[in-house]
Order: sequence, then C-alpha cells, then structure tokens
Amino acid sequence: MATLGDLERTVMDLLWTTPEAMTANELRDAIAEAPSGEVGRELAVTTVLTVLSRLEKKGLVTRERDSRPHRYMSVTSREDHTAELMHEVLVTAPDREAVLARFIGSVSDAEAQTLRKLLGGS
Amino acid sequence: MFWASYLLAALAIILAWPAPIALSRAEWPARAPFTAMVLWQSIALAGGLSMIGAMLVWGLEPLGDNLVEASAAFLGILLDDGSAESLGVIHVFAISAAILLFGHLVFTLALTFVRIHRQRRRHRDMLTLLSSPAAGQPATLVIKHPAPVAYCLPGGARSVTVMSDGLMDLLSQAELDAVLTHESAHLHQRHHLLLWAFAAWRSALPWLPTSRLAQQAVSELIEMLADDEALRHVDEPTLVRAIAIVGAGAPPSTSDALDDALAGESGIPLTAAVTGGTADVVSTVPRLRRLLTPLPPLSRLQQGLALSSAGLLLVVPPLLLVAPELLG
Repeated sequence: MATLGDLERTVMDLLWTTPEAMTANELRDAIAEAPSGEVGRELAVTTVLTVLSRLEKKGLVTRERDSRPHRYMSVTSREDHTAELMHEVLVTAPDREAVLARFIGSVSDAEAQTLRKLLGGS
Repeated sequence: MFWASYLLAALAIILAWPAPIALSRAEWPARAPFTAMVLWQSIALAGGLSMIGAMLVWGLEPLGDNLVEASAAFLGILLDDGSAESLGVIHVFAISAAILLFGHLVFTLALTFVRIHRQRRRHRDMLTLLSSPAAGQPATLVIKHPAPVAYCLPGGARSVTVMSDGLMDLLSQAELDAVLTHESAHLHQRHHLLLWAFAAWRSALPWLPTSRLAQQAVSELIEMLADDEALRHVDEPTLVRAIAIVGAGAPPSTSDALDDALAGESGIPLTAAVTGGTADVVSTVPRLRRLLTPLPPLSRLQQGLALSSAGLLLVVPPLLLVAPELLG
C-alpha cells in the first residue's frame, strides 16, 4: 500500500518531467503506465485530485484556472526546490570555500603541511 | 534569607559574564568535549536559576524566613487578600520580574520547540519528494545536489541522515563511512536536544554574552563528540580528509581555496538546531586542528575538578533558594 507521501512523490516526479501542464486524468494514466514506480497501480481520479490539492496547499503545484478540467503544473523545478532545501542546511556556512583558507591562515605550518599532504593524497 | 539573595545575585553575575568567557577561551574543552559540555549545561541551568532565584528571594524577604514560608505568605496576599503592608513596591517589582523572567524562559523554550518542529516537518516533507533511499544504508537518503553535504534530521524513529550525491562523488567509501558515522552519532547522542535548549536560551536572552558563547561552544563540542565517535570506526587521516572536503564544500585539489581571503564570522542560526548538528565554518577549524595536533586527554584530577564544579553549580543555587541555613 503506497502512502500519501509516495503518491505525492510520484505525481511531483511526473509534473517535474513533463513540460506541459497535465489534467488529473492524464496524471492517473501516466501513473498506471509507469514501469515500476512505488505506486504502480490503478488509482481513482479522486485520489489523484486529493494528492494534487495537498500539493497545491503546500505551494508545490498550481493549476490553470480557466481550463476545464483543470490542468496542473509544478510551481518551480525540482532543482530549485533542492537548492532551497540545501540552502536551509548550508546557510550556516555562507562562504564554505574559505574554510580551508581560514584554516591554513590560523594554524602552524606543520599542521597546514599535514593537511595539504592528506588532501593531496586523496 | 537576605544574604542568600545576594549570593545568588553574585553567582548569576559570575555565570553570566566571567565564567562563560573564561570557559569559551580555554583550550581544554577540545581535550575533553564531554566534560566541557556538562559544564556548559550546568552554567546555563545554574545561571538561569540564580538570576530568577536572586530576585525572588530578595522580593519575598519581608514575608518569611525561608522561601517556602514566604511563598505561602505571598500566595496568601494574592488569593486571600492578606495584608501586604510589609511588602514594598520594590519587593513586588522584584517578585514580578522573577516570575516574568521564568515565564519568558519557559515560553521561549516552548516557542523554539514549535518552530524547530514545524521547520523539520516541512523539511522532511520536501525530502520525501526530492530524495531517494541510499543503497545498502538504512535510514539514509540521497539528494541530488552538487555541493558535498551531509546532515542528520532528528525525528525519533523517523530520524534520517541525508547526503548529497555531490558528497558521494567526492569521498571514498571509507571517508563516506566516516561522515555517516559522524552524523549518526549526532542522532544517537541526541545532540539536537542540546542545540534546541541552547538555541532557546540564546533567543530568550540575546543580549547576554553567555547565551551566544554557550551556543557557539555547544555547536562546536557536539561536532567534536561526533568526530570522536567516527574515530572509533575509521582512522584519523580518513576523517580529516572527509571533514576538510565537506567543510570546504569543494574538491580538495582546487588550491584556489587555500589562497582565498579569510572568511568573516558567521553566526549559528536556528538551522543547526533543526538539522541536529551540521558542519560549518565556525566549527570546522577547531575540529581539524584538534585532529591534526592531538592533545592528551585531561588528567583524572582535571576531569574530576571540572565535573565537580559542574555538580556544585547544580547543587548550590537550589540549596541557597530552599534551605540557605544548610549552607550557613
């Protein structure tokens, strides 16, 4: 039994890889055709719509208001979302490239030598 | 009871300024990170208790000979409209300040908890969409990103370690093991709870030097503790290489990084508490230095001294509060 998280993931993967907006029906068919997804089964369109509205609430998905049936698309690319998520983690180190420089600037020559040797050997 | 309030005030001042400054400048914490961690916790606890206690004891002084008796009398005034003649405005002010400070600390702790958990849940949600499980590694996720990143996301049974494929490209298997052991040490040793408490302490009393120094020290110490855990599984050169590569955020061969200008100071925001410990500029330098030039661990006597001061810090303020006659 696929969890809601798995379904959301499958839908997002489809929306991220498909250039044009998709209807819930098209999404359901695409999920059914997917070769070996975690979901890999026939879904009711209502299930797909539930997942889509959850994703919409989370700000990941938007729909074209004037079309019937609604066509859904992702708000930004997978790469943008990843970059944003990693920013949360990396925000502590705005200038990570400078770490080594800072280290070299603050330790004895012997320590710097050891580090250079260790890194050169990798 | 009067003198107890002055002793508590003196203790609060010592624990707010000179003690944390001295401890943050000492070199021994790198030799005994666990002991240092215990000491920081007792400084923060005893400091908060002395601050609140000093005001409370001083304010309640006219009402009784000990805290229990005086508090009962104070409640009597509040609830039963007892006579408040003996209580001056200044006393009421001190009591109110103590109660407000206590409430502020508890409220900030709760608020920080909620903020951290909300952020973690959002982060975990996004991870579900963006990452895939690592092959052959339980509770480990891989996310597609060029920067070499590894961090842990605490959450009870759902705790995970996350690494980027950029990291996997740069590190050898042994170095990767070092990083993963380091991150799972954060999770096993519950470092996120420490980070939470000290993040809350800092946002509650941002103007107090202790709160900033303590948070920095604690973030640094948990990295050292996790490094020590990693060293039980991999050798030192492997760990050093892994730290340097993750810390530098770039392949080690690009020596441009070595010639770059020095980086500016960076604070430690809430994020560290959310992810439960992550390598950053502030902690990388002392970590590397400690591994490259290992110092002997503290002697038993020194360890004992540090731990007994921590113990005293936890015993004395409550005693001064509740039973000052035992001490004098």
